[in-house]
Amino acid sequence: MTPENRKAYWRSNVLLLVVLLIIWFAVSYGLGIILVEPMNSIMLGGYPLGFWFAQQGSIYVFLVLIFVYAAMMNRLDKKYDVDE
Amino acid sequence: MNNLDIWTYAVVGTTFALYIGIAIWARAGTTGEFYVAGKGVHPVANGMATAADWMSAASFISMAGLIAFNGYGASVFLMGWTGGYVLLALLLAPYLRKFGKFTVPEFIGDRYYSKAARIVAVICLILASITYVIGQMKGIGVAFSRFLETSYAMGLYIGMGIVAIYAVLGGMKGITYTQIAQYVVLILAYTIPAIFISLALTGNPLPQIGLGSGYAPSGGEISLLDKLDQVVTELGFKEYTTQVLGSSLNMFAYTLSLMIGTAGLPHVIIRFFTVPKVKDARYSAGWALVFIALLYTTAPAVGAMARLNLMDTIQVGEVGSPEGNLLYEDRPEWFKKWEATGLLQFEDKNDDGRIQYYDDTNAEFAPKAESFGWKGNEMVKVDRDIMVLANPEIAGLPNWVIALVVAGGLAAALSTAAGLLLAISSAISHDLLKGVFMPSISEKAELNAGRLSMIGAILVAGYLGLNPPGFAAGTVAIAFGLAASSIFPALMMGIFMKRMNNIGAIAGMLAGITVTLLYVFQHKGIFFIPGTEFLGSMQPDWFFGISPNAFGAVGAVVNFTVAFLVAAVTAPPPDHIQHLVEDVRVPRGAGEATGH
Repeated sequence: MTPENRKAYWRSNVLLLVVLLIIWFAVSYGLGIILVEPMNSIMLGGYPLGFWFAQQGSIYVFLVLIFVYAAMMNRLDKKYDVDE
Repeated sequence: MNNLDIWTYAVVGTTFALYIGIAIWARAGTTGEFYVAGKGVHPVANGMATAADWMSAASFISMAGLIAFNGYGASVFLMGWTGGYVLLALLLAPYLRKFGKFTVPEFIGDRYYSKAARIVAVICLILASITYVIGQMKGIGVAFSRFLETSYAMGLYIGMGIVAIYAVLGGMKGITYTQIAQYVVLILAYTIPAIFISLALTGNPLPQIGLGSGYAPSGGEISLLDKLDQVVTELGFKEYTTQVLGSSLNMFAYTLSLMIGTAGLPHVIIRFFTVPKVKDARYSAGWALVFIALLYTTAPAVGAMARLNLMDTIQVGEVGSPEGNLLYEDRPEWFKKWEATGLLQFEDKNDDGRIQYYDDTNAEFAPKAESFGWKGNEMVKVDRDIMVLANPEIAGLPNWVIALVVAGGLAAALSTAAGLLLAISSAISHDLLKGVFMPSISEKAELNAGRLSMIGAILVAGYLGLNPPGFAAGTVAIAFGLAASSIFPALMMGIFMKRMNNIGAIAGMLAGITVTLLYVFQHKGIFFIPGTEFLGSMQPDWFFGISPNAFGAVGAVVNFTVAFLVAAVTAPPPDHIQHLVEDVRVPRGAGEATGH
């Protein structure tokens, strides 16, 4: 692996991390804590939406984030030929 | 012996026999098998084992009770104890797996080319794990004494004996396969009663949906959460769906501390050393969260429904009407049973023979209560921890369900205790003995040393379970505070900042630990020893209203800042360390893990 490739691979990895962590922050701290009051004026079935994000929604989003990360990194590993 | 006793002995006995059977089948023959199960665990199997490793007596028994009485405020536990897996999967697990050694302090020692750093990490690991394991031991003792009518001490000895058999014999290999069995037991025990209760209250068998559905006993017109809000506010309690824990800032810091702490707890991290490849470590973290989420998304329904059932049991009619409150002599059977344990206590303050359960600290509600002739809240003690255990009885479920819940609580406590004990014993035999004091020790001798230190750790944990020191009460604050303020930042900077050097990392860890521990100890004494309190006249949450339990996040910020500043003015790490970091960042070549 050339030093340039190594750098490009790492940069793509970090970029993916930053995007996913922004979503991670937005659903839990954003919708579940900081914006919980305005969110609660919207209803999801019998759930106020802010309450739902804090006690259910953010957990589902966390799950999606990890599997998206694993899948995207697999693709990246193959692209740079560093997969196992 | 009555029917319930027979069921309880049968179910608990069967699960214990299963754990011992697995232990004999999965014996460890090498240090690799003892420390990391030979690195051959399938990622889904490891995910399941991680879920059992992670979900302790606190998750199984205490969390739903915290939710029942803190409502929305308890979201910090739900988000904090799951969101940490995102950090673990994205920032730590794959890289530490690539590094390919046996323990967490080993990475810190190698990366920061310093035995001192390794020893600091060992001390943090042992402190955090010991406080954590005491809680599990207590859980085992309580479950035995309440349901199998042994003494607390006898329950503890039986629990220690079971863990000793499979952890000493099988090490990580034995622990992994028993944890998988324990996960199955605990998730069935948690979800089956929840399904029954959700069905009764909402007509929907899925608790995750039921919590957001209509309240069936009143025809489904009003939603269950609205009904709950109404029931609790009529009695002066805070509105369930909006009550906060301290303040919004405190909830923010609390959630962050639990997330960073979760990602930094060594007994969880080492589980990701057991899978064959880097790729597997990434997926395995996702699978772990799938199995954890099954319980964590059920818990909010369990908490809310238990609270509603409890309120409805006591407040049988309209608030304020003379017949609105339950007659004490008509109290149900489960009520009497828990009264006998002292975890539920009633005191007839206005001598009317009826039970009044309301918030007597609410000044706005006080005039109303007075006009009803109430003289204070008469449920003088409602221990939060009884909610999950009493739930099946409150809902009138059959005896086999109650027996299963007991086995589930024991599985949760045993699986976490075993994981913690392994982290402690490998830190002693691998990091201290082989790493620092006797580098030339043979593999066979190290394996024996690992087994001996496991026995030692079990004896210490058992002793502390029988004689809990003051700091056992601060488990959450200490374990998560230490992991968040010391281990997580050191690991993350080791991977993401090539420039981070030995002096910076050690200074950061020490600063993070010091700040966090001082904040926890300020009012309760150094290590909770009476007489060593300081800052007596200030509020325990003087720093922007952040409670001691939520302070790990601040400790982590201090760690990062100090490490960054110190590293900027000291020499960069040598070339071979910079190469090590580059190597850790690339998956290819993870192969077999080694202890050298």
